[in-house]
Amino acid sequence: MTALWNEIPRHGKWLTALLLLVFIAAPLVVDRYLLSVLVLVLYFAYLGQAWNLLMGFAGQLSLGHALYLGLGAYTATTLWLLFGIGPWIGVFVAIAVAAAAGLIVGWLGWRFGVEGVYFALLTIAFAEFTRIGFDHLGLTGASGGLFLPVSPTAHDWWNLNGGVHLFYYVALILAIAATLLAAWLRQSPLGYRWLAVREDPEAAQAVGINVFRVRMIAMLISAGMTAVGGVFYGFYYRNLFPSQIFDISRSIELILGPIIGGLGTIFGPIVGAIILTPVGESLTTFMQSSGLNVPGAKSIFYGIILMIIISLRPSGVWPWLAKHLRLDRPKS
Amino acid sequence: MTAITLNIIVQGLLTGLVYGLMALGLSVIFGVMRVVNFAHGEFAVVAMYAAFILFERLHLDPLISLLPIAVAFFILGYGLQRTLINPFIGRAEHEQFILLVGLATVVINVLLIAFGPDARPVNLSYSFDSYDVGPLIIDKVRVFAALAALAVSAALFLFFRYTRTGTAIRACADNLTGAAVVGLNVKQLYAVTFGIGFVCIGAAGALMETIADASPSLGPSYTLMAFVIVIIGGLGSMAGALVGGVLIGVSEALAGFFIQPSMKSMFSFALLILVLILRPQGLMGRRL
Amino acid sequence: MLIDRSKFSRRTVLAGTAAGTAVLATPSILRAQAQTLKIAVLLPRSGYLAQAGQSCHRGALVSAPVLADLGYKVEMVHIDIESNPDVARTQAERAINEGAHCIVGAFDSAGTLAIAQVCEQRQVPLIVNIAAAPQLTEQGYKFLVRNFPTGQMLVSGGLQQLKTLISATKVEPKTAVFLHANDTFGMAQRQGMDKLFPAANMPFKLVESIAYDPKAQDLSVEVTKMRSLNPDVLLVVTRAADAIKLIRDVVRQKFQPMAILSPGSPGLYDEEFFKALGPLADFCAYALPWANPKSKSSQALEAAFKKMQPDFRFPIECFNVGFTFDALLTAADAFKRAGSTNGVELMKALKSTNLVDHAMIGPPITFDEKGQNNNIPAAVVQNRGRVPTVVLPADVATMTPVLPAPPWQGRT
Repeated sequence: MTALWNEIPRHGKWLTALLLLVFIAAPLVVDRYLLSVLVLVLYFAYLGQAWNLLMGFAGQLSLGHALYLGLGAYTATTLWLLFGIGPWIGVFVAIAVAAAAGLIVGWLGWRFGVEGVYFALLTIAFAEFTRIGFDHLGLTGASGGLFLPVSPTAHDWWNLNGGVHLFYYVALILAIAATLLAAWLRQSPLGYRWLAVREDPEAAQAVGINVFRVRMIAMLISAGMTAVGGVFYGFYYRNLFPSQIFDISRSIELILGPIIGGLGTIFGPIVGAIILTPVGESLTTFMQSSGLNVPGAKSIFYGIILMIIISLRPSGVWPWLAKHLRLDRPKS
Repeated sequence: MTAITLNIIVQGLLTGLVYGLMALGLSVIFGVMRVVNFAHGEFAVVAMYAAFILFERLHLDPLISLLPIAVAFFILGYGLQRTLINPFIGRAEHEQFILLVGLATVVINVLLIAFGPDARPVNLSYSFDSYDVGPLIIDKVRVFAALAALAVSAALFLFFRYTRTGTAIRACADNLTGAAVVGLNVKQLYAVTFGIGFVCIGAAGALMETIADASPSLGPSYTLMAFVIVIIGGLGSMAGALVGGVLIGVSEALAGFFIQPSMKSMFSFALLILVLILRPQGLMGRRL
Repeated sequence: MLIDRSKFSRRTVLAGTAAGTAVLATPSILRAQAQTLKIAVLLPRSGYLAQAGQSCHRGALVSAPVLADLGYKVEMVHIDIESNPDVARTQAERAINEGAHCIVGAFDSAGTLAIAQVCEQRQVPLIVNIAAAPQLTEQGYKFLVRNFPTGQMLVSGGLQQLKTLISATKVEPKTAVFLHANDTFGMAQRQGMDKLFPAANMPFKLVESIAYDPKAQDLSVEVTKMRSLNPDVLLVVTRAADAIKLIRDVVRQKFQPMAILSPGSPGLYDEEFFKALGPLADFCAYALPWANPKSKSSQALEAAFKKMQPDFRFPIECFNVGFTFDALLTAADAFKRAGSTNGVELMKALKSTNLVDHAMIGPPITFDEKGQNNNIPAAVVQNRGRVPTVVLPADVATMTPVLPAPPWQGRT
């Protein structure tokens, strides 16, 4: 980790520190609306990091991460609601459940040689299968939804119940921790194996890397991390519906950030989240103030922006930005 | 009870053929270009609206208007490939994915603004008629739509088998380098293939309009359904798409009847998972 | 290769944040003067709930002149929440930042709950126009009132009304099948049904309850399943476009129940339903809270609607329009009594609401300590000549109910 930090050019270090400071101090400066947008930015940055481990590092495309998100959310909220087990303990159960699901998906897929786009569709199938399953699961209220009681005045961090500031800092800590974890993994022996497997699985196998195992570890970590995001979501919104949390649109929105930001990079998921969430919000604001307030118009522009970015910067915005700011190469 | 079961199977089979035609487009495009069209269902909905407009304005039965719609969709697909898709051929799947997800978002919301959120039906004189075959009751529209779907599929089979362009496209799918070496204009053929994929979408969409009602929010579920069918049948296999469609149609119908209707698509996904694990190339696909 | 390009740094990240912040912060924070109440109307006008969201939106637009005529000073901001709770949440924050004194919305439960979180923390009242999940008023929100029945209330009112309908028409159904969409709304109704039907003392027996997937492409299997049970009555809880598929397959399969009734759901009275089915749409009946054809507000609302929304029919939209109007009216009335835009004061006034004249049928609007209006009676509405027509209770009815429904064949 320290080696990695040393690799950053000096102005990069200053910027890193400044950015951190900005995020830490933000709640003192910005209003509640911006803060709620920043919560989403951090939440998507966090999920982007989790997804990026599997796709960006290990090269396996998952379009069904809503599965782990939903399992995490439902596990922790159900434990709290039915057994009074708080989220800080429940989160470990959530991680275990999602990781187990990830292992099943990975095992079934990779063991039988399902790769690439086929694997991506397999992940969608599992997420949809689970969505319909939860639609019928009486324990969690089935399609009617699961609801946590609300006590708005509470500042009860132990039960993850409180105002936007509590959730902001939880999201910030999650995003920072995920970034550090990604950076550390990236330069660990495991990280190098991931990259080797991503670039050429057969060659990696030939030099003695257990491709299947290496991928399974990526899935395990990615699914577990995503589940933590789900726990956050569940307690932030305090209600869950299978048709919302397991929906394919959830899987899609969480992968847009890392791809737009820069797949396989440490900062890509952060940059992607910082671009996309505010773009969506600004478009809404702009549409309203310009009088072009036709429902759907915002989404048209959003779709066009996605198409433009991926056409102009296919490997993401971050690598391009880094190059222009001379941050892409270690100084020494 | 047996008569009812048989009736359900027949209905599932007929609907499945139309689904199969829709999935066929996805399969053709992927089989040749290795591009997964994530905006597939959205364009099928565009075709449904086209059939709706032609019916409202010119009183054209979708069974007839499917011809001009298919032609228009060929041009649309050809043009899309030439402009938007072609730069993404051979690029990573996730890049194609973002492009097409962006495109799908645009299409859905343009439809929403243009037509509003209401479902748009086509009311044919025989929309509510059905045939009595012994103890069975079979919808007229489903029979017509299924026959038309079969006819369009058959025409495509013939095209790929007997025309020069068709054979050339198959050559591209089998061996791209070889095809380029023998002097085939791959770029042109890709655009034609995309056009043909869109012919399937256009025709299937027009037929769907007789069974269901156009509305902007249908797109994603059609895309998902086409995926399931194509993976089960085998991505890139033409017959596989039809077989997959029928299989999904019938199994959903049976699961819906004997277990619980709200769980019927769970069985499609279970079937998909099973096929991917036991036979990843799909029932009729070539080896991966 | 991605590996070489991706070394660390963060300057751009900063630049991005700064730019984003600048754009987001542009709408200045304006506090409206206390003479007018600024209401943010949050509705899902795009996404999968667009149909209902846009219908409610028309209601909000039409309400503006009606409220002004009644002497209320309100100003509305209309915001699309895209059928997405994330958007609902941030837009609620934004609306309040920009000076909204209260929020009206948001048609479905998921979006409403996301807004409720924000309103609760910022002490800004949320007046729910439509959302049936019982938990909304059970979760402990202090800044929320709902002038809309819960799923259970809908079912209990619905069953009661259907009982009167059956005795009023002299049909004698023995059996019924209950079909419902397996979504939040349908499930709330199902739970109400499971709980209330056994004690409701209905003249018919419930043979089976069938759930269908709201994402299903067609309902032919569902109809075949019902046909094989051959009930006298179909009780249905559908979503908008599903009702079309349902009736179409019922007709095609030559299935002729005595009555197709809904204990309270959309679908059977949407414009698309009439357009798709023509005369086959007639004689379906549903027990729902409905616009009171005899109330003053409702008549004013209808007149304004006719003028401002000539492409739409008031009798069809009056459920969404009426509830949205009543929510806005409730807010405006509370403001008038409170004489303040302060959230706590407004909320106090809202809780002591006692609105006699309002658009929907029923006694004065009042709220219990949880913020729920428990007195929202259902009327029985039947499609007659392609117009939803109130047929029961007799004091507000404009026609008498007709059952059994005439055969599908030969209808005009």
